[in-house]
Amino acid sequence: MITFDLATASVRDLNQRLHDLPADTNERAWHVLNPKGAHALAAGLERPIEVLIEGHVGYYCAGMNKEATIVIDGHCGVGVAENMMSGEVRVKGNASQSAGASAHGGLLVIEGDASARCGISMKGVDIVVGGSVGHMSGFMAQTGTLIVCGDAGQSLGDSIYEAKIFVQGKVESLGADCVEKKVGEHHLAKLSRLLTRAGIKADPRNFRRYGSARKLYNFHIDHADAY
Amino acid sequence: MCGIVGLFLKNPAMRTELGQHLSVMLIGMTERGPDSAGIAVYHRPTGANQCKLTLFHADPHYHWRQVGGGLGEGLACEVDIEIKANHAVVTVAADEAAARRWLKENHPELRVMGYGQLMEVYKDMGLPAEVVDKYGVRSMEGSHAIGHTRMATESAVTTEHSHPFTAAADMCLVHNGSLSNHNNLRKWLRRRGHEFETDNDSEVAARYFAQRLSEGASLPEALEAGLADLDGFYTFTMGTRDGFAVLRDGIACKPAVLAETDDWVAMASEFRSLANLPGVEDATIWEPKPAVVYTWSLQ
Repeated sequence: MITFDLATASVRDLNQRLHDLPADTNERAWHVLNPKGAHALAAGLERPIEVLIEGHVGYYCAGMNKEATIVIDGHCGVGVAENMMSGEVRVKGNASQSAGASAHGGLLVIEGDASARCGISMKGVDIVVGGSVGHMSGFMAQTGTLIVCGDAGQSLGDSIYEAKIFVQGKVESLGADCVEKKVGEHHLAKLSRLLTRAGIKADPRNFRRYGSARKLYNFHIDHADAY
Repeated sequence: MCGIVGLFLKNPAMRTELGQHLSVMLIGMTERGPDSAGIAVYHRPTGANQCKLTLFHADPHYHWRQVGGGLGEGLACEVDIEIKANHAVVTVAADEAAARRWLKENHPELRVMGYGQLMEVYKDMGLPAEVVDKYGVRSMEGSHAIGHTRMATESAVTTEHSHPFTAAADMCLVHNGSLSNHNNLRKWLRRRGHEFETDNDSEVAARYFAQRLSEGASLPEALEAGLADLDGFYTFTMGTRDGFAVLRDGIACKPAVLAETDDWVAMASEFRSLANLPGVEDATIWEPKPAVVYTWSLQ
């Protein structure tokens, strides 16, 4: 385990060291101290290393992550794991807005709550939130899965494409073109698999599924005169 | 973009540390606002029949003593002047409205930054660290304070356009965001007797809340009314003689973090401004919800 203390070195120093690791690196376990809300911590990693950040982090932590496993033992600011490609990011506290924004792959676990726009424009990532999510979550979500064990705020899944949203608690309101859909056996299997991977205990049968009515983004022949 | 901070001390034993903590918080928001910075601090209460005004003139060699003498003669009362860089705190044994009227008639070149019996306001161009040093913010004691670091997007970088904005005795507001209906609100407020000092939308918000408070609304009621009447993006932090408030619009694009312990409540645009407060590791930390009024008051 390599300990890196941000009280005595800069974010640039940390990120540069992590970016410079060769593919066959033996430096696979990192422990980051004193983040104190700094931005862009452990962003742009490309190696299958493990990074544990002890404390609260600022914006865009673990952004663009590829292959690394990053654990934040605290709360995080806007855009955690934005544009993640693969790997795993876990937030032990709460996440601010736009968690997992535009992320293409990997697993994002938020053990606490996430605020507004969680999973905005997600493109294939799987997101598991142990608590609740704020308004406009899953906005324009394209593919991937958003699982919310608590409640969802206003306008869930507004203008959603083909992402799947599962909510265990109450949904304050659904956004444009987002509707409740049937939960099939393969959905239960997916829920079960992702909840297990996230380490969050919940019964898949308690979740309701939401997705696109496909009336907003699809060309509809009956509307041909409008064009 | 802007950064805003606020610190409200629940534990009176911490009052000597107010300026020290506020300075760290303000400097923490430098990247969000390197153009100018300002603070309002609630401290050093005047006597019951006195008031104090924080005045500004861009000339650092301005003849403050002469103004003080003139004000004392004009209002036939004692006047005390404390000069801090290009600001002066004038304590007058007279009614605050009379003092402001005299200053406006006799020294229209001066700008009143704030007034009341507790609140002093300092704002200036430059990096937050420079403003902190220039006005000796670190050594300021007090019960609560708010601050603002500004990156101008729509109006000029001047001391006058810097926050906090004040619109009533011992009341001030800092704002991150932009209002879209400020022209209509300005007209509405002018009809109710408000005179504007800048074209800044945040001054409109400050005067709007002052108007609601003057109509008899409580602090939470004034903020609730604002949710219906103010259109645009905002995170506000507001100070009154004994109160502290935070409000975000319903869309909540503009960031805010709150932290609370038994000793204090603190607000900042980002957590990094709260990261060095004493006891923050055990604080309750949360993001204020959209369109929810948060207020605290001194016991």
